[in-house]
Amino acid sequence: MHKLLGAAALASFLVPPAHAQDVAAFEKKITVKTLANGLTVLVCERPEAPVFSFFTHVDVGADREVPGITGLAHMFEHMAFKGTDRIGTKDYEHEKQALEAVEAAYAAYDGERRRSVGRDDKKLAELEQAWKQKIAEADGYVVPNEFGEIVDREGGVGLNASTSSDDTRYYFSFPSNRVELWAYLESERFLKPVLREFYKERDVVHEERRMRTESSPVGRMVEQFLAAAFTAHPYGQPVVGWPSDLDTFSATDAAAFHARYYVPSNMTIALVGDLRSSEVMPLVETYFARLPSAPKPQPLRTVEPRQTAERQVVIKDPAQPFYLEGYHRPAYLHPDDAVYDVLQDLLSSGRTSRLYRSLVRDKRIAANASGFSGFPGVKYPSLFAFFGVPTPGHTPQEVQAAIRAEIERLKTEDVPEAELEMVKTRTRANLVRGLDSNQGLAVQLGLSQARYGDWRGLFQEVDRIQKVTAADVRRVANDTFVEANRTVAIIESTRMATAKEGGQR
Amino acid sequence: MRRTYVALVAAFAVPTLASAQAKEWREIRKPPLRAFVPQQPRRIALPNGLVIFLQEDHELPLVRGTARIRGGSREEPAAKVGLLGVYGQAWRTGGTKSRTGDQLDDELEARGARVESGAGLDSTTVGWDCLKESFDQVFATWLELLRSPEFREEKIAIAKNQINTGIARRNDDPSGIASREARKLGYGKESPYARTAEFATVAAVTREDLLTWHAATVHPNNMILGVVGDFDSKAMEAKLRKALGSWPRGTAFTKAAAPTYEPRPGVYFVPKDDVTQSNIRMLHAGIRRDNPDYFAVEVMNEVFGGGFSARLFSNIRSKKGLAYSVGGGIGAPFDYRGLFQLAMSTKSGSTAAAIDALYEETDNLLKSPVTADELARAKDSILNSWVFNFDTKQEVMAERMLEEFYGYPADFLERYRAGIEKVTTDDVARVARAYVHKDKLALLVVGKAQDFDRPLDSFGAVTTLDVTIPQ
Repeated sequence: MHKLLGAAALASFLVPPAHAQDVAAFEKKITVKTLANGLTVLVCERPEAPVFSFFTHVDVGADREVPGITGLAHMFEHMAFKGTDRIGTKDYEHEKQALEAVEAAYAAYDGERRRSVGRDDKKLAELEQAWKQKIAEADGYVVPNEFGEIVDREGGVGLNASTSSDDTRYYFSFPSNRVELWAYLESERFLKPVLREFYKERDVVHEERRMRTESSPVGRMVEQFLAAAFTAHPYGQPVVGWPSDLDTFSATDAAAFHARYYVPSNMTIALVGDLRSSEVMPLVETYFARLPSAPKPQPLRTVEPRQTAERQVVIKDPAQPFYLEGYHRPAYLHPDDAVYDVLQDLLSSGRTSRLYRSLVRDKRIAANASGFSGFPGVKYPSLFAFFGVPTPGHTPQEVQAAIRAEIERLKTEDVPEAELEMVKTRTRANLVRGLDSNQGLAVQLGLSQARYGDWRGLFQEVDRIQKVTAADVRRVANDTFVEANRTVAIIESTRMATAKEGGQR
Repeated sequence: MRRTYVALVAAFAVPTLASAQAKEWREIRKPPLRAFVPQQPRRIALPNGLVIFLQEDHELPLVRGTARIRGGSREEPAAKVGLLGVYGQAWRTGGTKSRTGDQLDDELEARGARVESGAGLDSTTVGWDCLKESFDQVFATWLELLRSPEFREEKIAIAKNQINTGIARRNDDPSGIASREARKLGYGKESPYARTAEFATVAAVTREDLLTWHAATVHPNNMILGVVGDFDSKAMEAKLRKALGSWPRGTAFTKAAAPTYEPRPGVYFVPKDDVTQSNIRMLHAGIRRDNPDYFAVEVMNEVFGGGFSARLFSNIRSKKGLAYSVGGGIGAPFDYRGLFQLAMSTKSGSTAAAIDALYEETDNLLKSPVTADELARAKDSILNSWVFNFDTKQEVMAERMLEEFYGYPADFLERYRAGIEKVTTDDVARVARAYVHKDKLALLVVGKAQDFDRPLDSFGAVTTLDVTIPQ
């Protein structure tokens, strides 16, 4: 089936060990410094054009959320665009008092609202009105979106941020003559964030939940799937948060979250572009040394217990069918991490991948089929998952059977050497391709620095993949892909396309 | 070791800076941006009409090329909508005369290389991406695919399967429904700029159609080739001349007529029950990019819908908390008329409030014209980020290819900058009057009517759109 030409065997000669030469090349361009307060900063000089990009990695995501504050890491990420005591305000002294009054009024309203016995509806309405009144007063001091406006106006592009189960990331790019302005903006937003317009933004985030989760069949399914797969670990909680928490948590909660987790020892910043580290590092020192030092938060205590029985979520839905299954796997620092990377690539990368060839090309039962490692994160033990999108007229059960057949092959047959070599070649080539933009580099170098304590981790990951053997692949497949370790989610369409080329009515 | 040393030197060499005080943002000095002349690609016109751009970039050991060929889905026959979708996939997966697509997959993957094809509204593309060591072999594969594709039947079947899956699933995604139906309202249901593939039109596509399309469009005089990467231009030029120079000219491609349809104002509704959010679109006709008012329109768009400080984002998202996603502006494609469009999604229970807010913002474009401060902000934003239009060599080449493809002047970016600099508040007010018409807007809502805060007919007589997928 996988008849590779002689070229595969030659590949290791055709593709030089570019990663080694790149580590050497990068050694000359990269400076890393850890400030006295614990913040790690990496500067990579890439003087192509007079611009630079940065990436701020905060080692907290939804992983630190507990019931009641699910969604708060993501909520804070939104608040990091709301400005500071100097940006976004007409009069901070008065605004500060007004915001304190909003919190007091909200606590009173929320306390009454959540009383299960003896709630006074008239009082509740008054308290709600009083809270909204305080919001209106505080809003009077706001200069809306001034933070984003400064970035836009000064020529920033790609201003954005993201929150996952593992971490929170901030980024944009600036012309290189604005590096001091960048140092100011990026340090101030974490040094003195002002949580203004919090409750409006909470509504915005709830809209994001409606869009990504509630109004999307696959979004609804994934939420149920993760809740089933994880019984103890926060990976089972949605990053965007449960609706009740989004309706309840306060700016005070967000401030506490910030104080605990947005400490310099928990943050890594990478800058890449037309910069000289001899000029940038002192600026970084000037602006970021102001962040008060605090210990890195203690590691999370909860570890997902070993799964002992298969779990299944079946959703009857008017949407078209979908199939998803996942198996617990260890965290990224486990020695087998690279084996999972190889498994993912082998199963999913392009038209030579096993799932494509079986489900899409040969059986034609899926439009797309893939196996992916590290879902919903990598920091803690997570899942290796498989999904398949059935073609019209085909069922999730057919997709399941075909995926299981491919898993069985992995468990019973050694991966042919040529196929394994192809995976390794592709990994090396993809590494090179990933080095071609400031923003992409900043993310990759920053992430490796944060996760491995060393940016070289980026290249070492690829080295580890080169050492994976067919026996490793088979062993890990046998350990991981077993029934008791599995969670399945299915969308059973109530209006399934029937004919070979039919669709829903 | 050396790394530590460099860091130490840096720390000691500039102690004045290191101990400098943090400034307030208004006081921070912005030295002039260093002079930067982006490296232009070399343009080569072969006698057979092929235009080639070569852009050397030696940072990484890669060579990437793309050929863009005139003719796309807007030119496919109405009875065979989806033809270009099938073509774009099966061109590559169907292999060449001498090798199947699967063989190509194996050979290329073994080198960590890619050759891919695609199809869009106005063109098709076929390109490669490889390490420079394997350029000769990969280029040969690309060339064979360009000149003698086979379009094997089994790969046509897979491509159709994929497109049909998209058709069967297209009503599962509410924002997808809104975008699709908005385009139909904007250009007319049957318009080549809006129509969608159906099971029947996909089924009608044959291998013969793909071969015919290929023969009709893939000629050197109908194609632009751009190559960027780690090569020597002279040597690359020689290789390309040798490989492509003797390819005879073919019939020049005639492009589809530009759309002239006038969207009909009114209220349009697509019922969708499994959602908690409404997708709202408002639209009428926009402009084409060669309109002399384009620069003023760009500034208006920036004030109205571009970025964090724009009116739509500030007023509807930040101040009212009504949306996560809201945006809008006058569309200005290169060679056909775009749409003025507003798009947002909001919880079902604030659908009418959101529509009110969008109408209000549209009104305000005329009633509260752009202020001097808004104008300055918009122009600063465009001009200060100017450098990002050409901060990679690949981008510089891509821009030149665009200008070549659409017949725009080679200095269009420079003209754009000069055009933006000249825009005044009066210009913006004038283009808002000329191109934004609240009474001409078609309003489209996809959502769950029983949860709306006010019935949709409070905005006018409602036309319910049938989005049933034809069998």
